[in-house]
Amino acid sequence: MELLSGADMLIRSLQDEGIEYIYGYPGGAALHIYDALFRQDKVKHILVRHEQAAVHMADGYARATGLPGTVLVTSGPGATNTITGIATAFMDSIPMVVLCGQVASTLIGEDAFQETDMIGVSRPVVKHNLSVRHPEEIPEIIRKAYYIAATGRPGPVVVDIPKDMTTPNERYEYVFPKKVKLRSYNPAIRGHAGQIKKAVDMLMAAKRPIIYAGGGVILGKATDQLTELVRMLGYPITNTLMGIGCYPASDKQHLGWLGMHGTYESNMAMHHSDLILCVGARFDDRVTNATEKFCPGARIVHIDIDPASISKTIDADVPIVGPVDAVLKEMITLVRESKEKPDAEAIAAWWKQIEEWRAFHGMRYETSPDLIKPQEVVEALWRLTNGEAFVTSDVGQHQMFAAQYYKFDRPNRWINSGGLGTMGFGLPAAMGVKLTHPDDEVLCITGEGSIQMNIQELSTCKQYNLPVKIINLNNQALGMVKQWQDMNYESRHSESYMGSLPDFVKLAEAYGHVGVRIDRKEDLESKLKEVLAMKDQLVFVDIYVDRFEHVYPMQVARGSMKDMWLSKTERV
Amino acid sequence: MRRIISVLLENEPGALSRVVGLFSQRNYNIETLTVAPTEDETLSRLTVTTTGSDKVIEQITKQLNKLIEVVKLVDLTEGAHIERELMLVKLKATGSQRAEIKRTVDIFRGQIVDVTSSVYTVQLAGNSEKLDGFIQAVGTSGVLEVVRSGVSGIARGEKVLSL
Ligand SMILES: Cc1ncc(C[n+]2csc(CCOP(=O)(O)OP(=O)(O)O)c2C)c(N)n1
Ligand SMILES: [Mg+2]
Repeated sequence: MELLSGADMLIRSLQDEGIEYIYGYPGGAALHIYDALFRQDKVKHILVRHEQAAVHMADGYARATGLPGTVLVTSGPGATNTITGIATAFMDSIPMVVLCGQVASTLIGEDAFQETDMIGVSRPVVKHNLSVRHPEEIPEIIRKAYYIAATGRPGPVVVDIPKDMTTPNERYEYVFPKKVKLRSYNPAIRGHAGQIKKAVDMLMAAKRPIIYAGGGVILGKATDQLTELVRMLGYPITNTLMGIGCYPASDKQHLGWLGMHGTYESNMAMHHSDLILCVGARFDDRVTNATEKFCPGARIVHIDIDPASISKTIDADVPIVGPVDAVLKEMITLVRESKEKPDAEAIAAWWKQIEEWRAFHGMRYETSPDLIKPQEVVEALWRLTNGEAFVTSDVGQHQMFAAQYYKFDRPNRWINSGGLGTMGFGLPAAMGVKLTHPDDEVLCITGEGSIQMNIQELSTCKQYNLPVKIINLNNQALGMVKQWQDMNYESRHSESYMGSLPDFVKLAEAYGHVGVRIDRKEDLESKLKEVLAMKDQLVFVDIYVDRFEHVYPMQVARGSMKDMWLSKTERV
Repeated sequence: MRRIISVLLENEPGALSRVVGLFSQRNYNIETLTVAPTEDETLSRLTVTTTGSDKVIEQITKQLNKLIEVVKLVDLTEGAHIERELMLVKLKATGSQRAEIKRTVDIFRGQIVDVTSSVYTVQLAGNSEKLDGFIQAVGTSGVLEVVRSGVSGIARGEKVLSL
């Protein structure tokens, strides 16, 4: 029998859970835990410069690997600083466990120093939260936390740990439970066979089908099954911003991504379809545009692990609750064995129509003889990295350009805050990826607004040698805000101009990194090559791009999916 | 439409606040809410009455089911069910009012559970309409204080909500 203090039990449980990295920041209520961390070397701790960044790091790690990330912070301000990160992970269903110190249980409720009701504060943005009431419970709580975070529809789980639960000289028997029992939590393990059969029959009978896939395919590790099914059927596929990489972008069946800034052909095909097979997506308002005008002729099959995602905004004709990989596998078998075959003539006509749309617009932008267009920066990066980099992003125009012009053929490589749209996500997320993928190229495509929301992490990058490449598409404005003001407020640029920008080159140098400025179009390609050749250096590339560029296509507000601006002057 | 949703909930600290938080967070109505432990002390039984379109009610039940501490739930209004609410009312009762109130209490099958020279305290159980009816019958001018428990409900017949 092994006797351990609560703090040692906590660290030991993390070891037994197989956790390699935790990201965090110490403080009073977490000091027993930090001491236990010091006395071992299996679990490595990364000291960030702001707790929000610790959460985004854990998040980037989780998105790149599919494994839950881990965060450790102190009570009060340490805990509240994690909230934006937790909400970001929650909106995108990212598995993670956030361990928060808390004041001693004897002080709770007394407005003690650095006391915050973290269970209450985090409640609306977590999948679940747990609080430790006795040190002996720690191993079981840790096991439960990871189990809940990583299974079903994943999400963040907060564990609140009062300081007296980790007192060094109070020891208890350590038992790491082999299994977790939760009578009230049983995520579906397969879809309803009858519903799956019905869906396949509908797929076979469809004349204008489209597959609409989302982040659930990536989270559910079902990209192989999805690709197989789509290729077997020969139908067009589009995916959400979160689903980028779930199907190879370079494949001709792929129409690009859909929604507010999706491709013309994706949005047109969705609108005119007669059958939508939705796999692990959630008919988010950035996809559907006005729901009452959404795809008037389409019947809908919706596969999702979360029943609450089905028929929430758009009613499904055939709901299928289950893990996407298992459901798709069954569909593949049924399609293979089906006596009915797709209507070849109808499908050919459908493709002909889609190709016309594709030819009409595709992805395009106007180049300029002297100005650097943000789109061409992304295209150059895509070429120079053979489309194989991990790309994290922040929020704004640069994010949309990155998603539009970097073509991802693999899952887990496009990493952005889609649901919450958190500026400041990009750099720490890139750090979380680089730490565990040291040999891969990791780009953070950002804007001069977003990068300043977590710029302090340049220091963390120095400490842990994280040579990510920061690509700052510097348009000297909160570009996306400015675009909306151009389009909806007669170009009244209220507070969207960013004056007094720092010299990012000097700033990077001050943190011990390399800074490169690109402001001439003819230098773009050669300088980017030089940057990418600096394998062991973090390089901050400050690129002065056209300040007046807009992101297109853009759906017309309150219209249907097919109502779009294609440029500043063309509206369809 | 008005619905009565009955929930078996882990009897743990914080579980109730998750249920209540869900309703305000997602803009759902709570009309009444009752909760108490069951014969199995690890479980609480919670009854919530709410209103909303079928779509909203579907979301409410799905979102409730997603809460880790919700073990099981049923929308009682989908089948035959019994609903009861308990009310205690303090009424001004002097002179001829006393006999009058006594008669009304009898008609509604209530009981006078406490008496002073000027006040009756009446206990009444029934569905919410019956309780409303009683208040109407005695007239709001004589009512000094009302306390209602909120609705509890149970399915008719063999159907049970248990583990
Ligand atoms: C934390 C946070 N605050 C505000 C916003 C609203 N917002 C969305 S895009 C944007 C502008 C971003 O500017 P920048 O990072 O320079 O990117 P650009 O659009 O110029 O490419 C703002 C302010 C947000 N998404 N996140
Ligand atoms: Mg900008």
